[in-house]
Amino acid sequence: MLAVDGVSKRFGGLMAVDGATLALQPGGIVGLIGPNGAGKTTLFSMISGFVAPTDGRIRFEGTDITAEEPHRRAERGIGRTFQIVQPFAGLTVCENIAVGAYLRHAKRADATAKARDVARRVGLGSELDRPAGGLTVAGRKRLELARALATEPKLLLLDEVLAGLNPSEIRDIIPVIRGIRDEGVTILMIEHVMQAVMNLCERVYVLAQGRMIAEGPPAVVCADTRVIEAYLGHGAAARLKAEGAAHG
Amino acid sequence: MYSPQIILEAALNGLMTGAVYALIALGLTLIYGVLHIINFAHGALLTCAMFAVWIAWAWLGMDPYLAILPLVPVMFVLGYGLQRFVIGPASHGDDGNILLVTLGLSIVLENVLLAVFQSDTRTLDTDYSFQVVALGPLLLSYPRLIGLGVAVVVTGLLWLVLNRTDTGKAIRAVAKEKLGANLVGIDVPHVYAVTFGLGCACLAVAAGLLMPTFYVNPRIGGAFVLVAFTVVVLGGMGSLPGALLGGLFIGVVESLCGLFLGDSLGQIGIFLIFIAVLLVRPTGLFGAKA
Amino acid sequence: MTARDLIPIAVLTVLAALLPLVVTSSPVLNFLVFMLIVALGAQGWNILGGFGGQFSFGHAAFFGTGAYVTAILQLRYGVNAWAGLVLAVAAGAAVGWVIGFLSFRSGLRGSYFALVTLAFAEVFRILANAASFTGGAAGLLIKLDVRAANLQFDDRAVFYWLVLAFVVAVLLLTRWIQRSRFGAQLVAVRENEDAAKALGVNSLTVKLRAIALSGGVTALSGCLYAQYFLYIDANIAYGSWISVELLLAPIIGGVGTVFGPVVGALTLHGLGEVAKQFAGRIPGIDLIVFGGVLVLAVAFARGGILGLLERLSDRGRGMVTRGPKEISHAGR
Repeated sequence: MLAVDGVSKRFGGLMAVDGATLALQPGGIVGLIGPNGAGKTTLFSMISGFVAPTDGRIRFEGTDITAEEPHRRAERGIGRTFQIVQPFAGLTVCENIAVGAYLRHAKRADATAKARDVARRVGLGSELDRPAGGLTVAGRKRLELARALATEPKLLLLDEVLAGLNPSEIRDIIPVIRGIRDEGVTILMIEHVMQAVMNLCERVYVLAQGRMIAEGPPAVVCADTRVIEAYLGHGAAARLKAEGAAHG
Repeated sequence: MYSPQIILEAALNGLMTGAVYALIALGLTLIYGVLHIINFAHGALLTCAMFAVWIAWAWLGMDPYLAILPLVPVMFVLGYGLQRFVIGPASHGDDGNILLVTLGLSIVLENVLLAVFQSDTRTLDTDYSFQVVALGPLLLSYPRLIGLGVAVVVTGLLWLVLNRTDTGKAIRAVAKEKLGANLVGIDVPHVYAVTFGLGCACLAVAAGLLMPTFYVNPRIGGAFVLVAFTVVVLGGMGSLPGALLGGLFIGVVESLCGLFLGDSLGQIGIFLIFIAVLLVRPTGLFGAKA
Repeated sequence: MTARDLIPIAVLTVLAALLPLVVTSSPVLNFLVFMLIVALGAQGWNILGGFGGQFSFGHAAFFGTGAYVTAILQLRYGVNAWAGLVLAVAAGAAVGWVIGFLSFRSGLRGSYFALVTLAFAEVFRILANAASFTGGAAGLLIKLDVRAANLQFDDRAVFYWLVLAFVVAVLLLTRWIQRSRFGAQLVAVRENEDAAKALGVNSLTVKLRAIALSGGVTALSGCLYAQYFLYIDANIAYGSWISVELLLAPIIGGVGTVFGPVVGALTLHGLGEVAKQFAGRIPGIDLIVFGGVLVLAVAFARGGILGLLERLSDRGRGMVTRGPKEISHAGR
């Protein structure tokens, strides 16, 4: 469904992303992890069309979309949430979500109905007529999710949707994400919260310093030496193993 | 067509007019560079300064160049007060609001001047208003030549203040990183007000240089403000050398356009450049922030 | 559209329509017509500035285009005044589209956009002042030939009702925009352009549509001005005074609301007249009041008069309250 092929992004002298390759089949949840500054959000920005790659191609459902504008990609079915959540101030929750719904429904009544429906699925049913600015952080994350969902995406890019949530809020939102997957939406999520990654993702890609260094099921990847070293530094894997053996 | 001598003369005269444009733009770019606001009241403040110079001449018989000396601190205080007590508080720190507040201020200032002075155009005469200096075969206006020299000197002085004094360091710190500057104890509203005051002080000098060869009426500021914006945008918002070079360039363009296109169309070159720069490279030639 | 929302519009329309029957003095009628023309132009500004969040400081470019197009078409090509009106609106929309295309394509927003619109208006003014087919510095005088076909009427009240009709029509148009997909997308682009794009909104198209609409409506007001006062020149048509009038009214009234521009125009001009009554010997006293009110509005009532009313009455719904809470806008 999504084929990211040797994509690179250079900012002046800095190689933010270096020859990243990624392939997604329809259905399921795939994770994109890596230490801070690895280039994950830059990669997302390239997939969603906000940043143009310096090199490489991006294909969605067989079509090359590398040069397409963000709104065209949304029309194709690529939805995206942003790391720093910004609701449309001055509008209610329902109106916020309706902006997304208007992509597929031209009439106000249809878009509003769709918005209410999505809100309920995501757990914001009781907040629909509140001003969006009055939501808690957890509420805003759900709103971000709802807005993207309202565009009826086939592929949903979640950028650290769990950041800033406390453990109980995380626990509450995980079933929502699973529910989205169960409805047939493919999900690619950037996450730092490992508990969620282990819980939700069938497969995981690891990006470090702009390069893909590992790929596979989460349990396997997290035990991979290179991945541990990317997070904890050179020689960390060996040290951890030694300490493990010492403790018996 | 025109002889090379006439063209050269026009260009040089333009250069000298441009020097005054540069002075006006200096204040504007400084204010933008530090406060990140586009001061729409700049033109009206210039008009105030020019009227002040005129009054000093008409009522006190003071030479305009001499009038600059007391006017600089007066304008500084005015600018400081405006930023500290009107613009800053009214805009709640929001850029869009500041745009509107300075616009409102300019409307009030311009019309108060209109009420006090009526719409008549006023000029002043000095012995040297029409003096010329011969440079080879070329005749250059003496007061304008002085303007060029003073503009360069003031730019240099301003640069010195910004780079060699503590206040200047504080200003640059606030320009780069307001929150950080605040955290290390710099009084940000005070620095903002000082910057605004400095910008207005530049206007005092510009007014003194303009009056011998120019005229003043309440509406004159409006014309200058657009030219000043063009200079600032061309030279780069926040760049002092950009304002100086941009001003000189615009002065030459205006002069040559006036020569070839006639007076009524002369100014059009400036605005076309303005639009072109905004569309192609809004950060200007030397600007850092957009 | 629910009936409840339309009631205020209907009531006010009826009241306003009855006014000329009570007021017969010429200067007062002139004042009322002028005020309505400004309100109409301000409604145009509000579409781009209020709903779109792009503050234009050069709406004179559209006002003047509407005025000149209708004047030139009548004077030099003998085009009928009503046809001239239609063409003036089309011209305004076209100019809006071009300015929008150049500016938005280059990513101009916020203060930079304000500056470039100012520059465009100035360019138009200089050109109109210099070119002969716009009458140069002498301006254009539309021939006085009182016939309905010429959009000139014996009774000033007829023109008043005509302008009133247009104002009401644009009120309805604005309300429709507010409740449409286009309006929702426009507001989304205003609040957060990137988020809107990620949701499938073609922000460039939306902004272009907004500026074309805005230009067309304001051009209409310029055309009506020319038709009523029968004389225009470069400073009247493209001068900064009209750019300021057209932005002051919506900001004072309530930017981004349906009624804001009309309320603002009424308030400002009302205040101006009051000021002139008390201090009439001071020239420009009304403008001083305008500038002062602007600063006060920004300082204390950023949602304008309607925003103040909403805060006071604590009601959250209804078409009068749909604007952004602040005059500020995202981006720079």
